Amino acid sequence: MDFNISKEHEMCKKVYRDFAEKEVEPIASEIDENCEFPYENIKKMAKADMLGIPFPQKYGGAGSDTLNYVFAIEELSKSCATHGVILSAHTSLGADPIYKYGTEEQKEKYLKPLATGEKLGAFALTEPNAGTDAAGIKTTAVLKDGQYILNGNKIFITNAGAADIFIIHAMTDKSKGTRGISSFIVEADTPGFSLGKKENKMGINASDTRELIFQNCKIPAENLLGKEGMGFKIAMGTLDGGRIGIAAQALGIAQRALDETVQYTQEREQFGRPIAKFQGLQWEIAEMATKVEAARNLVYKAAKTKDEGKRFSKEAAMAKYYASEIASEVANKAVQLHGGYGYIKDYPVERLMRDAKITEIYEGTTEVQKMVIAGSLLN
Amino acid sequence: MKIVVCVKQVPDTNEVKIDEKKGTLIREGVPSIINPEDKIAIEEAVRLKEEFGGEVTVISMGPPQAKDALVEAYAMGADKAILLSDKAFAGSDTWATAYTLSQAIKETGQFDLIFCGRQAIDGDTAQVGPQVAENLSIPQITYVKGVDIEDDEIIAKRQLEDGYSVIKTKLPALLTVIDGLNEPRYPSIKRIIDAYNKEDTIQTWTVEDFEVDKDKLGLDASPTQVYDTFVPTRDHEPEILEGDVEEKVEKLIKKLKEEKVV
Ligand SMILES: Cc1cc2nc3c(=O)[nH]c(=O)nc-3n(C[C@H](O)[C@H](O)[C@H](O)COP(=O)(O)OP(=O)(O)OC[C@H]3O[C@@H](n4cnc5c(N)ncnc54)[C@H](O)[C@@H]3O)c2cc1C
Repeated sequence: MDFNISKEHEMCKKVYRDFAEKEVEPIASEIDENCEFPYENIKKMAKADMLGIPFPQKYGGAGSDTLNYVFAIEELSKSCATHGVILSAHTSLGADPIYKYGTEEQKEKYLKPLATGEKLGAFALTEPNAGTDAAGIKTTAVLKDGQYILNGNKIFITNAGAADIFIIHAMTDKSKGTRGISSFIVEADTPGFSLGKKENKMGINASDTRELIFQNCKIPAENLLGKEGMGFKIAMGTLDGGRIGIAAQALGIAQRALDETVQYTQEREQFGRPIAKFQGLQWEIAEMATKVEAARNLVYKAAKTKDEGKRFSKEAAMAKYYASEIASEVANKAVQLHGGYGYIKDYPVERLMRDAKITEIYEGTTEVQKMVIAGSLLN
Repeated sequence: MKIVVCVKQVPDTNEVKIDEKKGTLIREGVPSIINPEDKIAIEEAVRLKEEFGGEVTVISMGPPQAKDALVEAYAMGADKAILLSDKAFAGSDTWATAYTLSQAIKETGQFDLIFCGRQAIDGDTAQVGPQVAENLSIPQITYVKGVDIEDDEIIAKRQLEDGYSVIKTKLPALLTVIDGLNEPRYPSIKRIIDAYNKEDTIQTWTVEDFEVDKDKLGLDASPTQVYDTFVPTRDHEPEILEGDVEEKVEKLIKKLKEEKVV
């Protein structure tokens, strides 16, 4: 398949790589260890116009496309998967629904500062009793005197502690099931909105994942996104796009795990020769490389399909399902081929293996991706 | 303030390998970059523009692929970028290069400041900046690692081996800058997109587009002629002298006498 990678894409990719090597790589291990959100780097990324890559310039974006955005996440994730998910959640989950479903006023007020990177975005659907079954959310929004009053809580929200603008999904009419869900734009400093404790995670440790608590949180009626009852559609449509970002994150992790393994196995000697001389290892590496390349093709294809304005749910689900599974597999193999050293934090594969797992879980588990793929094939 | 920056696209010498037989650089597969000190020149120009207003024009002489360097300069915040590209410029030494750049700078009109990097990592001559200043009959300050503007004067810190001197001159002037003056910013993704999609962001000029004396261009007009290039060979192994300082000095003097150096 011809991905039509243009000169401008190449040039941007070089900038992402350069940024990742100089700004991200040197702190990746430390922010993982200290669970420290990389505020400084996010500011630097904003300065280089990396926080609104696919949005038109009139809304503060870089005026590029999904493929270019995928390159950014892939390159960042090679050095630090946390940087990858921060960018993905901000762009695809925080900003994109406003671009796709917002009014001109909402775009002016909220999309612009998000796309320029002046503000950071987040997206909240998941609740304690509503994960895969997102239709089961219990957070409510009641319209009263020109304001919606929000009550309930969301959990596991990426960027929560750092974000300024949140897309919140809540029930406006319980009796209508999924058609009773609506989406809202909520500012971080709205009274009645607070943050819960920061989660202590297995990986992507520098990502700030928290609970959101709404207690009679009043937001202006004009912060309804789309129409009442459109929330489920908005959430699902948004996650379709977000999956391409997570797939790109998984791809970056997998590529790095492969690169580290290729290098390490040629340096490490046992039985008087580099371990890469053993055919058993060579076959492992060949399999890893082939899977990474297959994932790359699926991820780029999903991005291209979106850029062409075609339906892309199936492509995004396939890319996310496959790339995330092979990211875990390849990172796991990478640790194995590093032997004991791979289990030690001095080697990047240790972090890659921990970071890879989440890509199979968030923005729809692997099982959910399979439901989406099968759903698009079967009546 | 109108600022002109001269930049050169160079092979990333960190990744260059040498063809031992021919004594030349193997350019294939080596990434091209903006000469590092030229990047510092671009950054300084853009910072001054941000502080005082005005316009930054970046000029490069080179083959068509040097356009990439200008895209990067544009993405760092330059307003205009001009590539001087013509077969007639091929093989220019520093003299012919400086002449061509100077003529192009004249063509762009009035200017207050010209920035160059101290030297290009593929040639290390440090001649082009000073030659351009001479051609344009303006003052020059070389090895600059600090810049202040007051009214129509520039105050620059000029790096010396054991300190620096502070030099003041009236504008217009030419400065050659060194590593450490600033930390160049990352190119803006948005401006990269613009560079490729908006018209006239990067112009290409041939000999027809500005006033030049065709007898002063390219290889034929270059006083420097390269007769041979070779890779220095090491014909004996280095030796480390052992002992305390006095012993080492004694051994060293003995050696120097043996070799008839002293
Ligand atoms: C670090 C992190 C960051 C996150 N960021 C966000 C965020 O920014 N915003 C947000 O809204 N959410 C976020 N989430 C939530 C995440 O999307 C959910 O955890 C995920 O969708 C799974 O939901 P659950 O945890 O409730 O698992 P469950 O839904 O309880 O699933 C448990 C298991 O059962 C399987 N399963 C469930 N139903 C079916 C079925 N019908 N058929 C087959 N298998 C099924 C699942 O695939 C899974 O394997 C985040 C989670 C984490 C851990």
